[in-house]
Amino acid sequence: MDTVTPPPARFDPRGLVELDERVPGTAEIDGDRASFDARELTTRQINLELRRLVYELGIREVTVRNPGAKHSLGVGILARCKVTFEGSLGYFACGLIDGPEVHITGRVGWSACENMMSGVCVIEGNAGSLTAAALRGGDVVVKGRVGARTGIDQKGGTVIALGDAGSMTGFMMQRGRQIILGNAGHGLGDSMYDGTLYVGGKVASLGIDCVPGEWTDADTEFVTRKFGIYGLGEPPELQKFVCGKKLYNYDSLEPSERKMVL
Amino acid sequence: MCGIAGIIYRNGNGAHRLGSDMTRMLQSMKHRGPDSTGYALYRRPSNELIMRIKLADGEANGDIEYADRLRHRRHEVEARLRAAGARVDSIERINDYTIAATLDYDGELKHVADYVESVPGAEVLSAGSALEIIKDLGDAHTVGGSYKLDGYVGTHGIGHVRMATESDVDISNAHPYWAYPFSDVAVVHNGQLTNYHQWRRRLERMGHRFASDCDSEIIAVYLAQKMAEGDTLEQAMRNSLEDLDGVFTYICVSEDALGMAKDELAAKPLVLYEGDDMVVLASEEMAIRAVIDREIETYDPYESEVMVWTR
Repeated sequence: MDTVTPPPARFDPRGLVELDERVPGTAEIDGDRASFDARELTTRQINLELRRLVYELGIREVTVRNPGAKHSLGVGILARCKVTFEGSLGYFACGLIDGPEVHITGRVGWSACENMMSGVCVIEGNAGSLTAAALRGGDVVVKGRVGARTGIDQKGGTVIALGDAGSMTGFMMQRGRQIILGNAGHGLGDSMYDGTLYVGGKVASLGIDCVPGEWTDADTEFVTRKFGIYGLGEPPELQKFVCGKKLYNYDSLEPSERKMVL
Repeated sequence: MCGIAGIIYRNGNGAHRLGSDMTRMLQSMKHRGPDSTGYALYRRPSNELIMRIKLADGEANGDIEYADRLRHRRHEVEARLRAAGARVDSIERINDYTIAATLDYDGELKHVADYVESVPGAEVLSAGSALEIIKDLGDAHTVGGSYKLDGYVGTHGIGHVRMATESDVDISNAHPYWAYPFSDVAVVHNGQLTNYHQWRRRLERMGHRFASDCDSEIIAVYLAQKMAEGDTLEQAMRNSLEDLDGVFTYICVSEDALGMAKDELAAKPLVLYEGDDMVVLASEEMAIRAVIDREIETYDPYESEVMVWTR
């Protein structure tokens, strides 16, 4: 007897997932460049269209108009290309990217460039909290101010903020650098393991085990180079903060490791 | 998670489409809280006292005596309004279980509100010369539609979409909360308060009543207590940063002002747009974009910030 298998049920009682997987294909393509209007598209459709242009058609310069502060746009792009968002993005913008050069003309919400591996992200406006969380490589440049816990758990790369930064900036950072030109909030560099924080303005308070560092020529070279790349002019006088390395001892071995050595 | 939103028009002549603006903002944040939706809306202040009263928590659910019980409660509430010394100008039946009474009353608000709440099952949702709180289960389209808020004209308001984490999903546990018995003050909150029971016991000993088990109600009652002690709204909000533990961003409104407060960890989001014509704030920028269709500059307030705008 023939049995008819019903198609798998596709519903989402929470209203959270967009099941529409149709690639809109609405981009205007001009040689190696493309642009499309995101106003009427869902988050998923925008990301699918981006992927089609970058991966399938190999287009290297994409402009997205009217992103309308939607969340999770431009995530997970793993190719060298240029992406411009004309407007503001919501939460989780451009997370997990590896390679692209992203330019956002508006602002971004929380957790922009989270876990970015490499590439560049320039944000003309402000950024929310948790910007560049767990950043592993590449540069994140915010021309406005950034929220709390910028570069939390940062493992590499560089964050540059021209405005103020919120509390707990560089919380638990393990590597990489941050240049904050404005004031920094309470608990700067709290529980940081390694890495360097440069601050141009006032620091409300230092976090646990974050101490002023000694300025070297390498710092001058690094800051000047980064300012040069992004056309930010002559860098102002900065204070440097590093890990005091008092919270734990880098030289000590785990008990099991010590046994092996002995 | 929860989503909160607020809007205050700076040229406060009251001729603004507040109801539809709030619905658009709250609907765009439905993913932050699909359980219930609430509004605290302000019309131009009148000389009368507007009291919104809930007679039961939603629909009948198969209770065959439901209609009788509601009729009885409605009569009883009207009788007690009069017994408390209020002149009832009109009573509007919003739906089966909600009424809006317009009163001529110049006595103490707590007196008349307590009288109404002495009817079993009745709860005063809001009271004041301008404030009206509307809250029910469902998303903003459902609530805004069934309470006909699209044409609501007002000066400022706040709203909330709820993802219940601390207490039941019903109307009593939905936001906004009125700062009982403080006229025209309401609060919406995103977060969790960890010293809820301490403050609830303390405030109950002072004589405050609680209509729900929701931790957010503490903020409204706390502000009411501080204002009764002589604080301004802004002072009371500043004190709350010290006194309340947990993570929170809340928006509160009075007859002529709208304010926000954020805890010292800055753990709950809020995006702010300050324009010449209006101030709009919401948990997500998407909600602000739902009412302003042009490129705007927004920012997030920092930790321990308290801001107040007047209309």
